[in-house]
Amino acid sequence: MSDVRMFDSRPATAVDAESPLAVSNLAERARRSAADPGVTLRERAFLGHLILRGGAIVLDEAVREVLGVSLPARPGALVHDADGERSIQWLSPDEWLVIVPEGEAYSLEKRLRDALGDAHFAIVDVSGGQTLVELSGPRAREVLMKSTPYDVHPRHFPAGKGVTTIFGKATAILRRPDEDRWELVLRRSFADYCYRWLVDAGEEYGLAVEASGR
Amino acid sequence: MFHIYCPYCEEHREEEEFHAKGQAHIARPADPDACSDAEWGDYLFFRDNPRGIHHELWVHAVGCRKFFNITRHTVTYAILETYKMGEQPTITAESLARGEKAGNVQAASGGQQTVGASDAAVASVKGAQA
Amino acid sequence: MSQSSSQPNRLAQGGRVDRTRKLTFTFNGKRYTGHPGDTLASALLANGVDVVNRSFKYSRPRGIVAAGAEEPNAVVQLGSSEAAQVPNVRATQQALYDGLEARSTNGWPNVQRDLMGSVGKLGGSFMPPGFYYKTFMAPASMWMTYEKYIRKSAGLGRSPVESDPDIYDHMNQHCDVLVIGAGPAGLSAALAAAYSGARVILCDEQEAMGGSLLDSRETLDGDTATRWVDAAIDELASLDNVTLLARTTANGYHDHNFVTLHERRTEHLADVAPRVDGRRQSRSRLHRVRAAQVVLATGAHERPLVYGNNDVPGNLLAGAVSTYIRRYGVAPGQKLVLSTSNDHGYRAALDWQEAGREVVAIADARDNPDGELVEQARAAGIRIITGSAVIEAKGDKRVSGARVAQIDIDGFRVAGKAEELACDTIASSGGYSPVIHLSSHTGTRPVWRDDILGFVPGDVTGMTPAGGAHGVYALDAVLEDGVAAGNRAAEAGGFPAASVNLPRASAHRESPAVALYQVPHEKPTLRAPKQFVDLQNDVTAAGIDVATREGFESIEHVKRYTAMGFGTDQGKLGNINGMAIAARCLGQTIPETGTTVFRPNYTPVTFGAIVGRHCRELFDPERYTALHEWHVEHGAEFEDVGQWKRPWYFPRTVNGKKESMHEAVARECLAVRQGVGILDASTLGKIDIQGPDAREFLGRVYTNKWAKLAPGRVRYGLMCKDDGMLMDDGTTSCLGDNHFLMTTTTGGAAGVLEWLEIWHQTEWPELEVYFNSVTDHWATMTVTGPEARKLLAEITDIDLDKEAFKFMDWKEGNVAGVPARVFRISFTGELAYEINVQANYAMHVWKTLFAHGEKYDLTPYGTETMHVLRAEKGLIIVGQDTDGSVTPEDLNMYWAIGYDKPFPWIGKRALSRPDTRRVDRKQLVGLRPHDPKVVLEEGAQIVFDPEQSIPMTMVGHVTSSYYSPILDSGFALAVVKGGHHRMGETVYLPMVDGKVHAAEIVSTVFYDPKGERQHV
Ligand SMILES: [Zn+2]
Repeated sequence: MSDVRMFDSRPATAVDAESPLAVSNLAERARRSAADPGVTLRERAFLGHLILRGGAIVLDEAVREVLGVSLPARPGALVHDADGERSIQWLSPDEWLVIVPEGEAYSLEKRLRDALGDAHFAIVDVSGGQTLVELSGPRAREVLMKSTPYDVHPRHFPAGKGVTTIFGKATAILRRPDEDRWELVLRRSFADYCYRWLVDAGEEYGLAVEASGR
Repeated sequence: MFHIYCPYCEEHREEEEFHAKGQAHIARPADPDACSDAEWGDYLFFRDNPRGIHHELWVHAVGCRKFFNITRHTVTYAILETYKMGEQPTITAESLARGEKAGNVQAASGGQQTVGASDAAVASVKGAQA
Repeated sequence: MSQSSSQPNRLAQGGRVDRTRKLTFTFNGKRYTGHPGDTLASALLANGVDVVNRSFKYSRPRGIVAAGAEEPNAVVQLGSSEAAQVPNVRATQQALYDGLEARSTNGWPNVQRDLMGSVGKLGGSFMPPGFYYKTFMAPASMWMTYEKYIRKSAGLGRSPVESDPDIYDHMNQHCDVLVIGAGPAGLSAALAAAYSGARVILCDEQEAMGGSLLDSRETLDGDTATRWVDAAIDELASLDNVTLLARTTANGYHDHNFVTLHERRTEHLADVAPRVDGRRQSRSRLHRVRAAQVVLATGAHERPLVYGNNDVPGNLLAGAVSTYIRRYGVAPGQKLVLSTSNDHGYRAALDWQEAGREVVAIADARDNPDGELVEQARAAGIRIITGSAVIEAKGDKRVSGARVAQIDIDGFRVAGKAEELACDTIASSGGYSPVIHLSSHTGTRPVWRDDILGFVPGDVTGMTPAGGAHGVYALDAVLEDGVAAGNRAAEAGGFPAASVNLPRASAHRESPAVALYQVPHEKPTLRAPKQFVDLQNDVTAAGIDVATREGFESIEHVKRYTAMGFGTDQGKLGNINGMAIAARCLGQTIPETGTTVFRPNYTPVTFGAIVGRHCRELFDPERYTALHEWHVEHGAEFEDVGQWKRPWYFPRTVNGKKESMHEAVARECLAVRQGVGILDASTLGKIDIQGPDAREFLGRVYTNKWAKLAPGRVRYGLMCKDDGMLMDDGTTSCLGDNHFLMTTTTGGAAGVLEWLEIWHQTEWPELEVYFNSVTDHWATMTVTGPEARKLLAEITDIDLDKEAFKFMDWKEGNVAGVPARVFRISFTGELAYEINVQANYAMHVWKTLFAHGEKYDLTPYGTETMHVLRAEKGLIIVGQDTDGSVTPEDLNMYWAIGYDKPFPWIGKRALSRPDTRRVDRKQLVGLRPHDPKVVLEEGAQIVFDPEQSIPMTMVGHVTSSYYSPILDSGFALAVVKGGHHRMGETVYLPMVDGKVHAAEIVSTVFYDPKGERQHV
């Protein structure tokens, strides 16, 4: 839609950046990782996060053209592009979350806006407002059962699903990109709380923290 | 702790994810200035408090952020159906009184949660609490 | 270590205890031994401990009565250290472990020589029936007095005064079928449901699964019943769609099949949870189960018979006697008299005799019993006295005899002369009550069945009772009922019914039971020896009689009058007898009388398990801004604003001395007024608004006008509810014609977004606009003070010229090399720039500002200084200066009200209601204390006339009050009735200490009234 002010929030030349978990002392936690962990945590910081608003029919063509995947119209659906680097997730009947590699958000927004033209839609960059944490390991599901009232049993939560739900006393987006991994999309201001919650919940299973991927 | 079928997410979610927003189907008068003080006061402050069927506005606050309606029995706490904004309930105190939906209850269009309205006989349908 | 006891009641063989290993424990300081497999109760009985407690009201000695959750007397305090104290543990449910330390919870100074008891039964006369009722009707202050006394003398256990060393946690569970109880019905139901493919959770409260089969005399497929139990559990454990939860009590059954299970994970091991591989594990775990279907296989509780002195230690339930002999290898006495109304009770006598002990006699209330068990007893040579019952126990701290007499049940009288039989144990059985507690939690009313003389669960959506809980008692029928229930539950979830190969149980010929809820005595109930109905709450048949005589006809009132079924007991043993006695006294049937409501929790749950991990550092989310670490490193004191941690002030250390808050705030205030300060304002709510109707929407939800706000401009807006009361405020910037950035108060962020959505989704869906929270995406730094421009100019490419970048403009550019939106708005009254950058880069920008700010003495300030500065300018804080009853007009903010806007915006109509037009509404004003050194108290009440008599007519209160460093005086904002027309008048603030402060009503703007400083 026209008359919307786009804003590239990334500096032209590199400056020090801090992810929402910069405060959480991940390096120290990584050092104390269990040898045979039941659950492993890894932050994937600085990814591009965009919120896409609009009608599914309006957005679908542009998304296919720009991202090469069709818009997941089914509630709770999560799809990835061919190389698995870019994902788009249903959040509500008129809202999707797009996560792309670092640095791609602004150009993606621009291409989507160009493709969408004068249609009624909205695109919002929230890359600074959230981060992604990956959980893997044989006990990851139990850690989630301690954390969210949402049913994470594979029968109810197959790969390719994602939901916004309660996490501890905060909220999070919980996704299952494939059989072996879970992803939590955490709001910046709640990220440290959620991370501490995860570390606590994982302790009895043996917890490993991997250095942040960038 | 209710188990609530969100008609937008199309599945049951825990009550913690929702906020109750009071009585449903309270339309704002189109021309407030044409309302008498009493009419405006009615709109602002007066709500039903029935024993039995109640239509309520809820929002899936931690979820899709969509508002929708719940038909709930205030004695048994049974949720008889949930339906989207702009839709009308298929189950009302009147319809039950007329016996239209006696015993078992059928799905509203879109497959909302609709379970038996009577205390004794409860059947489940698409989207119902199994 | 010498043993003080040789377990005199331990049988040489039998039971599921490991006699090769000894466990040492103490009870009331005395050392005993038991074996793995024992409960504390079985070990106490093995050691011949008769008295385990003193009763609540009458202080009578009490012994162990039951073998499970229904135990009313053996409620103990556990814990070998202060921190590990646990009150209200039933000895019958506590597995024995080495080193266990337990004490009686009642009895002062000790259970053997009870002071209360020996001072002439003080408790009895002190607390007659109706004590609670009458106490609560008395002035409330009396209860405070009574309570201390009651707790001291009766003892209800105590909480530890030290911090709990253990952790507790929660687990969210979901299943198609939750089976509660792993007796014969539960096991067969779980097998059926599991074979159908459903996700199954099977829980059982006991140390071992198997329920009644663990001490059954019956065989299954010709083998001991426990053989089948073991096979069934192995089978279930091998299925990956089944979760088995042992030592797990279903304590609460809530709406829509939400069931809370309390799993005791380490209570059977030690009083502090041991570590596993060096890792902490939770001591107990609360499973929050959402079950599509529930199978209630909770079995039945045996009812004791109600006869004289039926509380003397040595009176036990018949079934408990069997359990102690067969499961624990303990015969709790030498000579037994059994009093029963049914065939099942005979098992106790048969087990007793087979254990090599003497059965003195069986008093059977029926005239012609002839069931299989009766015949077995006859064949074993046991004396059976038909048509009789034990009418009174003899003995004080232990049964010494039983008075048995012929009784006329229908006539409620003793029909013959009593015979006194010497014995040390009386077992009684008055039939069975299905355990309907859980279904009753849902609000459903139980249904009385005459054929089984008991209540069965009422209908609950998605719940199927099975076995004993369903009123089915014969083992072969119980197994089949379980399979049927398991299949019904699975099928309701769309799974196909499965067949289960059930073991063969032999059918038994049974003679019918007789209803006997109170055994008659030669004396009338009121004068007979005490006949206890509810042992835990010391409720007698006479007490219920008195209640009905005093006019209490509803069973709920009888309950409250007598305390029957109160507290942790929840009427497990006594309720049916009590209701039946009340019914008889009232001349009603039992169904007419009805039941009281059983409430959660079924058995006590430790607070730790309810809290789970939501404690200490995880008690509540702490929300941090992107600059949090810097604040910590720079010594900030923090203030909780909602869940946010915001810097409150930054005390400096001057000459080795840390500033007080007053000193720090004064310094910070002057820095902003005279130099430059910086605030982390990232917590402000930020909402991105896009769409062609964005501007129209703003006009409807804000009180002021938005039609002409140009891109590049910022406007302050007020948001009301439709009742005209202010709900939030903030600035909104026009980013593009169809694009706005709204800010909200820190606390109002989520609420405002929901507010916008509710109007959009429910009233104006035709408006094309989208709202998205960007609160966390942006970090916001406010640089403010006369030097702000100079500082910012050093690190930005934005033209800060005062004509190019005016007050209430916003600009885009780079700050410290980071793309930024800079807003020239001011909450301090000084020149101010609010710098917004993507939060990941905020720390870099903040540090760069400080690197350049050193020469200006750039001063970080916190929320306290922010409050002082804004109040000096008369700028409100929603929620502090307003409270949901304040309109924009009350705030004198007519300039922000667009009365002539075309759309009837939210709140407008209400401003012309009679109440909002009142001239004496409380209106916001400034207060200048006559004494400039006085800082008025926030919340202090205001009066016009300090001489009036008390209670005074209060006309308002102080909403904000501070010391102003720049003015060197106290000042305040307040709401005062008709205040806008009272400028210059004096009001008074009477304080608690008797002082009365005088203050002048003045403008709300105390500093720079023309607003020149922010326009420089
Ligand atoms: Zn939803």
